[in-house]
Amino acid sequence: MPAEPPSGRGAAVLRRWDSALIATLLLVTLAAALAVDGFATGRNAQFLLLDAVAIGLVALPVTLIVVTGEIDLSVASTLGLCSAVMGQLWVSGWPLELVVLTAVALGALLGAVNGLFVTGFGLPALAVTIGTLAAYRGLAFVVLGDRAVADFPRAWTDAVGGTALAGAVPAAMLVTAVAAAGCAVLLHATPLGRSLFAIGNNAEAARFSGIAVARTKFWLFVSCGAVSGLAGVFWTLRYASARADNGQGLELAVVAAVLLGGVSIFGGRGTLAGVCAGVLLLVTLRNALQLADVPADTLDIVTGSLLILSVLAPRALTALRRTPTTRT
Amino acid sequence: MPDPTAAPPPALRLHRVAKSFGAVTAVSDVSLTLHPGRVHALAGENGAGKSTLVRMLAGVHRPDRGTLELDGHPTVLRDPAAARAAGIAVIHQEPTLFPDLSIAENLYLSRQPTGRLGRIDRRALRAATTAQLARLGVTLDPDRPARGLSIADQQLVEIARALSLDARIFVMDEPTAALSGTEAARLAAVVRGLCDRGAAVLFISHRFEEIFGLAHDITVLRDGRHVSTDPADRLTPDTVVRRMVGRDVGALYPKTPTTPGDTVLEVTGLTRHGAFHDISFSVRRGEILALAGLVGAGRSEVVRAVFGVDRYDAGTVTVAGRPLPAGSPAAAMAAGLALVPEDRRQQGLVLQLSVERNTALTRLRRLARHGLLTTRRERADALHWTERLRVRHGGTHTPAGTLSGGNQQKIVLAKWLATEPAVLILDEPTRGIDIGTKAEVHRMMSELAARGLAIVMVSSELPEVLGMADRILVLHEGRATATLPGPGATAETVMAAATGHPGGAA
Amino acid sequence: MTRAHPRELGVLAALLLLIAGTAAANPRFLSAQSVRDLLLSAAILTVLAAGQTVVVLTRNIDLSVGSVLGLAAFGTADLLATHPGTPLPLAALAGITIGALCGALNGALISYGGVPALVITLGTLYVLRGAAHSWAAGRQINAADLPRPFLDLGTATVLGIPLLALLATAVVLAVALWLHSYRSGRELYAIGSEPAAAARAGVPAGRRIRTAFLLSGSLAGLAGVLYAARYGTVDATAGQGMELQVVAAVVVGGVAIFGGSGSVTGAALGALLLTCIGSSLAVLRVDPFWQQAVVGALILAAIGLDRLLTTRLAARAARTAPEVSRAG
Repeated sequence: MPAEPPSGRGAAVLRRWDSALIATLLLVTLAAALAVDGFATGRNAQFLLLDAVAIGLVALPVTLIVVTGEIDLSVASTLGLCSAVMGQLWVSGWPLELVVLTAVALGALLGAVNGLFVTGFGLPALAVTIGTLAAYRGLAFVVLGDRAVADFPRAWTDAVGGTALAGAVPAAMLVTAVAAAGCAVLLHATPLGRSLFAIGNNAEAARFSGIAVARTKFWLFVSCGAVSGLAGVFWTLRYASARADNGQGLELAVVAAVLLGGVSIFGGRGTLAGVCAGVLLLVTLRNALQLADVPADTLDIVTGSLLILSVLAPRALTALRRTPTTRT
Repeated sequence: MPDPTAAPPPALRLHRVAKSFGAVTAVSDVSLTLHPGRVHALAGENGAGKSTLVRMLAGVHRPDRGTLELDGHPTVLRDPAAARAAGIAVIHQEPTLFPDLSIAENLYLSRQPTGRLGRIDRRALRAATTAQLARLGVTLDPDRPARGLSIADQQLVEIARALSLDARIFVMDEPTAALSGTEAARLAAVVRGLCDRGAAVLFISHRFEEIFGLAHDITVLRDGRHVSTDPADRLTPDTVVRRMVGRDVGALYPKTPTTPGDTVLEVTGLTRHGAFHDISFSVRRGEILALAGLVGAGRSEVVRAVFGVDRYDAGTVTVAGRPLPAGSPAAAMAAGLALVPEDRRQQGLVLQLSVERNTALTRLRRLARHGLLTTRRERADALHWTERLRVRHGGTHTPAGTLSGGNQQKIVLAKWLATEPAVLILDEPTRGIDIGTKAEVHRMMSELAARGLAIVMVSSELPEVLGMADRILVLHEGRATATLPGPGATAETVMAAATGHPGGAA
Repeated sequence: MTRAHPRELGVLAALLLLIAGTAAANPRFLSAQSVRDLLLSAAILTVLAAGQTVVVLTRNIDLSVGSVLGLAAFGTADLLATHPGTPLPLAALAGITIGALCGALNGALISYGGVPALVITLGTLYVLRGAAHSWAAGRQINAADLPRPFLDLGTATVLGIPLLALLATAVVLAVALWLHSYRSGRELYAIGSEPAAAARAGVPAGRRIRTAFLLSGSLAGLAGVLYAARYGTVDATAGQGMELQVVAAVVVGGVAIFGGSGSVTGAALGALLLTCIGSSLAVLRVDPFWQQAVVGALILAAIGLDRLLTTRLAARAARTAPEVSRAG
């Protein structure tokens, strides 16, 4: 194949994508502030940011996984199963500290199962995580049925919904933001981050360079599971309700935000800043439309369309700029 | 069709064609004529422009300049379908079949004989396949899936398919490179049969006995240019080699004699089922050991297993007296091993990433400060190494894929030399790079050996093996057939061992 | 084709074993009514699985079938409820057309956009479901609103066999005939088996893939019509989550998730097996919540088993032909 990627274009496109995304985010926020009643209030801003926590948290490890060219569709089911187990353990009288730890550890275990199937048995992540998407959600229902556990202590639920920095930001959002910053450093300025990009672009060359490809991917799946478990804890305490169907469909929002953030579904390209902008854009749009009395079920049209758009747009852009070449 | 001229026109004529990719000229001013019933061999080193010519004939590349004539009519091959429609069939070293489909369907996909209501007539399909294979003198079960066929059989399926498409011009791109001796002989018989039926054949091979056994005409290419075309009976292998290399062979292989030091790498009884069996060798400091043999003899597999990219079933690898754990490139690197792999574009480099990211890839931890890596550090390091190896590039931030083959290979060398290895393993170090860079790489190998590095080189080019090695280990079908001293070895002794007849060699 | 037989026989054996085991525990499992119910439930899943098989053979996936079914079911029911005089074939045609349009949309986005089917159909899964919700606007259409003859279709039998089951069988046979005995059908296998070789052989891959999605969408539309006839009560959530069962049926039935091999009869057997598992769980008084977990586990088991068999085969090939075992 003589067709080489011309000099530095990938990076330039990515930078342009990031700035376009941030501009869109600002525009949407401005338009919503002007046109939608109740959008530009401190209370709504708090809600909006709290809504962004679960998606934002889970989007971080999913970004790392997608950069390596894999995918995890089971995150929402992991969240649900951890939430269900949390409720069941709390009902059985476990101390809440231990319940929370167990939920996160369970998440890590569920992630390890994904990782084992993908890296140990060499199965496609897509098929594996569709399987565990069904299996984990099913187990959540096995654990808790259609019951809901709601009597979590006020101190905990208030703490999760509480604010920090003199009431300016929800505490949970602050935690998420710090995690995002940490993840950004990890992805863009550490040996591990460099390996992830190498793996996503060419796993074989990465292996020939001494990078432990399988092991790296395995631990990514484990951490993705753990973070999904943590998001399950947050979800449960925020809504003071442990249910088996908690977070159902969240994988769509997460994948949409990650791809919208400019991460290539084929791996090897993306920035964490872009993903953060993608998460905020998605959440802001949904929040504004909700305030404008668009029913919640219909909102899925927006999320789904954004997902489709986020993979089609980069393609369309490159196609416009380059005369079509034959793909083999 | 009535033809006014007495002599039939050539089946295919390329006239002064040229093709460049960006700044790199792959082929310039090459002319070539194929006649019905004749085998025309194309000789030239890797990077001489043979593949580009093949791709032109296959309709993959269109020449920038020059013309192509079929039966005397100027033609433009717009795409592979057009080439196929024009009766040109390209047989690759490793054909791409449909592994899940039967041999019969591989032959007749989209053209299956149909019966009532457009349904596929499976009986007729089977019969047609058997008949087509019989024309080549082979029997294969038409219902057998292509998965699991040997490469030789896959090529025959490909040829049978081309025949069924009424191909008259066969372009064979190193078809025997991965075949055993008997398989190659069977293919040669098939090629002769094709010629007897009036087909024109362009045959590319690195094996001279094959070229001289089959070809009526031989064209030599060098550095993308046409050197000569002569009837085969007026040439000898020596003249062809001289024309291919085009300069004093000594200048290309500047091997300086060294006195070997202690043994660094010792491999004992290494076995991977189905790939290689009971391979033992050792390399000393300052020594260049060449692994020679035909493609598919298992040489790359051996060095990959030594480096830990592949697993092995039995045997041991020790570096400086310490056993190396199997299957861990990271451990091999820590012990001082470096592997410049066979496939630069798939294994050596991450083409999409910049030069600086590629050179840093083998030393991410070492380049980091407090666990953090900065582009600035990577760039400074990359500049140091690219200058040292005289790499021509448009800035270390440009993707490695934009560099020419020779410069890409230098980047791969840089990323491995930067690890300061004790043992450098080079798998086909000069494949597909220009002759100037080739000489540079050879000079570098000599210097490194002189400085006390132990070097293991896998090479399919006999002149390179003979010119560079202190010792030669020859493999045949996964087994070691001879160990020859570099200076005393000749093309004949190496080839004899490589084809499984180590006559007299110890 | 010859190699697919052992796999299909395996599924058949598992099916018979399951039926025998459940019947031994509870003979009512084999009562005429119970078998009829089983066939009725399997019919809809089978029709979906037939369409999915065609898509998966080409190395793609259609996750939107559940939403397409919902949209078509609601559309058909709405048409019949608001215009009770509509001839039934016309109503059925309307449902199928809705499905066909959705399938055409999927196919066009995927083949012209050159983006993974997974992402596109995950997006349309939500977009189409959202569209169903916004169409229904919370309404539910009940059996009382629908013409009697239409509802009779759902329960009608021919020689004691439910009409829907016969219809599903006809669909499976037609698709099987196409895949097995027509050039275009064989080309689907070629595309999935080795896309590069298919391109070289001049197979119109884009057109074939669009056809595959069109067929999958149309069959999902047909399944929607059958759903409305069988259940009589339709709202915007009809068929929610069904895509997981469909993927499970196809994969369990021996269709390779990476395309190129498998048969529609295998997928139909997979659908039957999955339905049977659901009924046996009920008959054996197992918590019905287990069903989804079992679906997930079956997907994992099926792809794991396939991988095991392929590596076994590859290892055997390597042993018998040592000279061709080049890894690169």
